[in-house]
Amino acid sequence: MNLEFTPEEQAFREEVRAFIAENYPKHLADFGMREDMSREDFLAWHKILGKKGWSVPAWPVEYGGTGWTPTQRYIWSEENARASTVMPLPFGVSMVGPVIYTFGNAEQKARHLPGIVSGDVWWCQGYSEPGAGSDLANLKTTAVRDGDHYVINGQKTWTTLAQHADWGFFLCRTDPTAKAQEGISFILVDMKTPGVEVKPIKLLDGGYEVNETWLTDVRVPVENLVGVENKGWTYAKFLLAHERSGIAGVARSKRGIEKLREIAANETLDGAPLIKDFDFAKKVSQLEIDLAALEITELRTLAGEQAGKGPGPESSILKIKGTEIQQRLTELTLEAVGTYSAPYHGGVSNDNSNEHPVGPDYAQYAAATYFNMRKTSIYGGSNEIQRNIITKMILGL
Amino acid sequence: MDFNFTEEQGMVRDGLSRLVREQYDWETRRKAIASGAGWRPEIWAQLAELGILGMPFSEADGGFGGGAVDAMIIMEEFGKGLVVEPFLPTVVCAGGFLKHAGTAAQKEEHIGAIVSGERVFAFAYAEPKGRYDYADLETTAKKDGSGYVLNGHKAVVIGAPWASHLVVTARTGGDRRDRSGVSVFVLAKDTPGVTTRDYVTVDGRRAAEVYFENVALGADALIGAEGEGLALIETVTDEAIAALCAEACGAMKVAHAMTVEYSRQRKQFGVPIGSFQVLQHRMVDMYTSYEQAVSLTYLATLRLGADEGERKKAVSAAKVGVGQAARLIGQEAIQIHGGNGVTDEYAIGHYFKRLTIFDSEFGNVDHHLKRHVALS
Repeated sequence: MNLEFTPEEQAFREEVRAFIAENYPKHLADFGMREDMSREDFLAWHKILGKKGWSVPAWPVEYGGTGWTPTQRYIWSEENARASTVMPLPFGVSMVGPVIYTFGNAEQKARHLPGIVSGDVWWCQGYSEPGAGSDLANLKTTAVRDGDHYVINGQKTWTTLAQHADWGFFLCRTDPTAKAQEGISFILVDMKTPGVEVKPIKLLDGGYEVNETWLTDVRVPVENLVGVENKGWTYAKFLLAHERSGIAGVARSKRGIEKLREIAANETLDGAPLIKDFDFAKKVSQLEIDLAALEITELRTLAGEQAGKGPGPESSILKIKGTEIQQRLTELTLEAVGTYSAPYHGGVSNDNSNEHPVGPDYAQYAAATYFNMRKTSIYGGSNEIQRNIITKMILGL
Repeated sequence: MDFNFTEEQGMVRDGLSRLVREQYDWETRRKAIASGAGWRPEIWAQLAELGILGMPFSEADGGFGGGAVDAMIIMEEFGKGLVVEPFLPTVVCAGGFLKHAGTAAQKEEHIGAIVSGERVFAFAYAEPKGRYDYADLETTAKKDGSGYVLNGHKAVVIGAPWASHLVVTARTGGDRRDRSGVSVFVLAKDTPGVTTRDYVTVDGRRAAEVYFENVALGADALIGAEGEGLALIETVTDEAIAALCAEACGAMKVAHAMTVEYSRQRKQFGVPIGSFQVLQHRMVDMYTSYEQAVSLTYLATLRLGADEGERKKAVSAAKVGVGQAARLIGQEAIQIHGGNGVTDEYAIGHYFKRLTIFDSEFGNVDHHLKRHVALS
């Protein structure tokens, strides 16, 4: 047993660190809220990595994966967190991509995987509906076979960044008589198809990160069905398990705690740096301890993966603890900035001037980020759903 | 990075697991801790025979070349069975002092006798008013010729009633809470002037108040440099904390499993109480805290050899996280066992008691959170 990296792993770290330093776009070095970013900004690093062959490390090598060990992938994510990079979005890379290369046919692989690897095609996820959140299997969107097409009708919601999407993967009911989990199919939809309408939803932080997606008589060729008709639930669950691994965000939270300490060293309380206040410092230490535990828990899971075990129900622990820590981090950052948590920085300044926003730079996004991160314990299967999974799969109740 | 045990470590774990399962069943343990002696020397003899007592010593010192990971494996198995025999004070604490700072003669005299099971040690560090500060000492060792004269009162010395020997901390110079002036001594418990008041602890072990009245010690009783013992004490107690955390993990694992099983058996409103989501989620929270506690125990154990700052931070993180998990799991286990949880008859209550006292050993959650802050 040991926690040391091998000389080869150390060398790998140096290599990726140097690559990031040389190639990461300078103007994206310190981005604020991601919904302020353009499509090009989102895809910039993805495209660079696509050319380098590093955009989909976890994929099988034949489809563009790097063949890195789980430990190398961990080092890769650590180094990206260290440089606060804008990573490729998960919808193509970690969600639909693995479903296509695992369950799709040869034509689907040839048609869709290269665009995900290169970062040219933007995907979005059509899962949740107004009446199907945690109870996802209760979804009502239908796909009715009509010759060599499916005709899709229904409404999806929380479609993240669909305003930029070229393609979407949708769960649709293809057999209305079957019981809930059966009769669902996994269908790929070109977002430019007539009848697809994306309506933005304004969120607590003032941004537009998610959308309602309306589908009215959308005609989709049958060759866009992935796998077997009515077996979509199997693929949906597969995808969710993939989504959860890596959701812990340990490396990003580590960087977040460093930033929090910097902020708290700059803020003052009774004339002394806030970080010297024991009550506050204690909360930061507690968070750091919880994160240290999670880091080892994640490494233990990775070691299991390296030994050939797939992402199992333990990934639910990573999701629960990881998101709790991310939320706590934004909460303490909000506390640290104090009074300057209040000014709203949503686009237009109230005096219509071009002046620098009020307050210190680090305070600008503290409240927005805190509001935004409430989503983490809700998405990807809410933390209560994760507890149900652990109850069933690990406790055996 | 590697989280696997070696083949040998796997064998130690299996052997010990079998011993605890076959010879440390609940009824036998209950009788043993209520007996006059309060422990079973025959178990100690078997631990010696299995090589457990010599595991963490180097081969040069007469041991079997193991280390902190071996101590962790051993303590986890002891925790599962609530084993009371004094492995921690004898092998981890006294053994640790001898390993790190003992002279060739001291090692020669004591380590072989520890490995063979012949000598049992207790570690007398706490004092009635010292709380968790190892430097806050009223016990003194005054220079007398080439030797020392020891006077003072040590509190709650775990395993002292069973011990043949003691490791004692005392002030040889400086003021009461100074970092310098602290020294460590090793002596036989039957040295003239040593008296004890023995008692049982709430978690089924034995301890004593130990009094020293003009106890004459030779120069050879001193371990390490005179007046510079604090760093040594911190090294050894950090090792003890990592081992103690492993013991708590073993106890938590069993307490959680017992609770899940109980919820499967116990019926109310016509159904097993384990079918209620409100209890399921609480048992999941117990499980995730346990897994996080295991991770912190690994971290502390694997950082014992790191530089001082990193070591202390990892150990304090573990004592905080494991302490919080122990509190949560203990309390929730009792709650889910309902009325049966508060009876002496059910084993769960005894796991709860051990997990409760764990927090007060070598610094509680508050103490180590404070140390973590100071190191950050």
